[in-house]
Amino acid sequence: MSYHRITLKVNGSLEVVDISGNMTLLQMLREKLALTGTKNGCASGECGACTVLMNGDAVNSCMVLAAECDGAEIITVEGLAKNGEMDVVQKTLVDLGAVQCGFCTPGVLISARALLNRNPHPTEFEIRDALSGNLCRCTGYNRIVEAVKVAAEIEGQEGA
Amino acid sequence: MAIAQASTSSVVGKSVKRIDVQEKVTGAAQYTDDIAFGNALHHCRVKRSPHPHALIKKINYDKALLIPGVKLVVTGEDFPEYVGLYLQDRNIFARDRVRFVGEGVAAVVASTEEIAEKALDAIDVEYELLQPVLDPEFGASKEAPIIHPDLEKYEHPNFIFPVNGTNMANHFKIRKGDTEAAWPQCAAIVEHTFRIPQVQHVPIEPHVAIAKAEENGQVTLWASTQSPFAQRALLAKSLHIPESDFRVIAPLIGGGFGCKAGVTMEAIPVAAALKLKGVPIKLLLTREEEFYTNFVRQGLVIKLKVGCDKDGNLLAMENTMYWDGGAYTEYGVNVTRAGGYSSTGPYDIPNMRTDSICVYTNHPVGGAYRGFGMAELHTGVGQIMDMLADKIGMDRTEFHLRNCVRGGDVLATGMVIHEVGLPECIDKVARALKLGEKEAPSAPNKLRGKGIALAWKAPAMPPNAGSSALVKMNADGTVNVSVGGQELGQGTFTAMAQIAAESLGVPYEAVKVLGPIDTRYSPYEWQTVASRLTWSMGNAVRNAALDAKKKILDIVAEAWNEKPEDLDIKDGYVISYKTEESIEIKDFVVYGLPKADDQGWLGGPIVGAGSFMPTYVTGLDAETGQGERAVVHYTTGAQGLDIEIDKDTGRITVLYAASAFDVGKAINPDMVRQQMEGGFVQGLSSAMFEECQLVGGEMRNPSFVDYRIATAIDVPEKIDTFIVETAQDDGPFGARGIGEHPLVPVIAALANAIYDATGVRITNPPFSAEKIYMALLEAGVVN
Ligand code: FES
Ligand code: FES
Repeated sequence: MSYHRITLKVNGSLEVVDISGNMTLLQMLREKLALTGTKNGCASGECGACTVLMNGDAVNSCMVLAAECDGAEIITVEGLAKNGEMDVVQKTLVDLGAVQCGFCTPGVLISARALLNRNPHPTEFEIRDALSGNLCRCTGYNRIVEAVKVAAEIEGQEGA
Repeated sequence: MAIAQASTSSVVGKSVKRIDVQEKVTGAAQYTDDIAFGNALHHCRVKRSPHPHALIKKINYDKALLIPGVKLVVTGEDFPEYVGLYLQDRNIFARDRVRFVGEGVAAVVASTEEIAEKALDAIDVEYELLQPVLDPEFGASKEAPIIHPDLEKYEHPNFIFPVNGTNMANHFKIRKGDTEAAWPQCAAIVEHTFRIPQVQHVPIEPHVAIAKAEENGQVTLWASTQSPFAQRALLAKSLHIPESDFRVIAPLIGGGFGCKAGVTMEAIPVAAALKLKGVPIKLLLTREEEFYTNFVRQGLVIKLKVGCDKDGNLLAMENTMYWDGGAYTEYGVNVTRAGGYSSTGPYDIPNMRTDSICVYTNHPVGGAYRGFGMAELHTGVGQIMDMLADKIGMDRTEFHLRNCVRGGDVLATGMVIHEVGLPECIDKVARALKLGEKEAPSAPNKLRGKGIALAWKAPAMPPNAGSSALVKMNADGTVNVSVGGQELGQGTFTAMAQIAAESLGVPYEAVKVLGPIDTRYSPYEWQTVASRLTWSMGNAVRNAALDAKKKILDIVAEAWNEKPEDLDIKDGYVISYKTEESIEIKDFVVYGLPKADDQGWLGGPIVGAGSFMPTYVTGLDAETGQGERAVVHYTTGAQGLDIEIDKDTGRITVLYAASAFDVGKAINPDMVRQQMEGGFVQGLSSAMFEECQLVGGEMRNPSFVDYRIATAIDVPEKIDTFIVETAQDDGPFGARGIGEHPLVPVIAALANAIYDATGVRITNPPFSAEKIYMALLEAGVVN
């Protein structure tokens, strides 16, 4: 097995991590950096619970090798709040009752953030489509969709 | 001192935000897999049977033990005792034979997961194949090979009726009135057989458990579980550990839906830990294992015959159910019983004959699944009622209203039912859906239709399932409430905080109900199942809060020389209605009150304790199913869908859905709605997509790619929910449960909508596009 030392930025801070060649980004976050907010629901790229932002794009971290992340910028659910202030999508998920067991929530939040970053005014279908890789067994999805819609409106107003 | 302002609004009935939401949106919430155990952590993997039915001739694991990093291999030889919730028919590892594909025959403990996994290949198991039983009806027949020759020796409570010498682990019967005499009086009769496949629970968090045994006899289990106390009781008994030495710690869980109730894979690391003391041993199931080795929702074959008079009054029903219990029915026997005593569905039927039979097969083990048999039962009952309404030529809604259960009805078991708001639920859904109005499809190649189905469900549990709670006062006026029921995402911690605040007379914000549940410190709770917590644990919390309140008022009464009856607690102040005096409770709930003139002290730290256990549920006769009170209560409701079907593909689009349930009293209305929405979508997912494809006993689709569940694009944009409140006489503030019920009627309601749209009755879920298209083709609706 090969071993590497990589340098990357996680939630704004620079990290140097020793990893084995077959370690996934998900494992590195959870086991090496103690960032357990990112969840493991399938370890095979099918549930979205492990979604993080990698260089601005939402990726399933269980399908990315940690070795590929040298020099990358990663944002996890722990990095969404800025200066103690929650991200708009975090607030709207809370306000609209879109969280039950919470296990899908970190991945949902990241997918929503990625969507709003690249498309600040998504249609309902675009929201549903962007979230279709994030399985949730509890909420029935509509409150999550509504929360993203409202978040987009709030950000639209703030930007205006 | 000025009198504190009496609180004007009550927190029960308010949609406060859930108590655990902040940590869940920031990633701080700790689930079992998030707990760090450091370098001592060892990993466990399980050697599983590839055969549905075989004798184990020999297990050789010598080679596995030679692999560097492997610490231990355990097999069934090491753990001879049985486990099981209702029928003790299961061992931790298969012993002399395997009974389903995926059954554990051995476990390896190693320093890493990879090594443990690799070591599994070094274990040789020699099998002698046996004929498997793959169909419950066949399994119940005389020709079927016997899967559990020791059935007669298995321990079980007196309300489970195994048939010795057969594969029937439980045979529940109802004989009420005389169905034979009723058939000639019927103006219309419908008979049909429905088949419902096994489905999987699919919590997004897979099962995970870590166990550690100490040299001093203490055993600790950290697990993603709905049932820390039941796990302690069952495993302690099976492994000969005193309950006081067995600690189960249950952090937040990422969805359960029944599959994390009772004991499942947690037994394996606990067993291993007893053989390798001093190190924590972890077992985390892969998603594949999650699909094929865990409890499934049992399959069901339900044969129904139902008849009514010329005015549409139901006269008789015969209901024969063959439940595919799977390889072990320790939990499933009670699903069969629940299906039996509720076998009429929410209808008033004077003559009833029921045979609800739990059959051993060589399929995955059936267990609890949100609804506990009711979704399966209602798939048949909910459709056949529409079929009968059509046959007698009556408007379907009118037929449901005419025949649905109402307060005072004598149910099929002989129990007289309490007041229920079912007619109001039907009415609300029918209006919301504009049932009876045919609406135009959105395109010429589409068919549009609407369907409705009713539901009822009682908490299915032993008659004496109990709850307890502690209310602990703090010196700053805040309150910690300890409970043993688990937060699964349903919001129970929030509801308990509301009940405690209201009962005690303190602001909601002052009350904290938090996990993890820890059997060493948390008060007893039977299990977090059966939609029973709001009602049962809610009563315990209310009793504990009232106990604390009484202790507080007694102190003040003595200090003020008043009667406790003249005092009350409002917004955290004790007030006297007589003298208008008041005192903030934080001033004395821990340190007590000084007596006048420094002549000593009154009171001391206040802890309120409360319990609740129903004491009135009676047994039912083994031959007739008759008894005074079969269950504690029923939650009832109705649900409907407006759908379109694409004639070219068979694809269903749900345009709109409406649900109404009688919850007695909504402690937190918005969270009640969340249950209604989420439960509906889980039900819709099972109705449209889900099926464990079992071929020769093997599940062919154990992944999210092949076992599809609903995603954000599959659900209707609009789901309306209606809360009906007919108070439960023994519920806290009148509340009863709602967690499972919204899932119960969905399959039947969708089937009825498909029929309404197409004129073709497709009875057996899942209603995949392909299945619908083929049925439309066969019926000549498309060509
Ligand atoms: S854990 Fe990565 S997609 Fe499921
Ligand atoms: S909230 Fe439980 S999986 Fe989404």
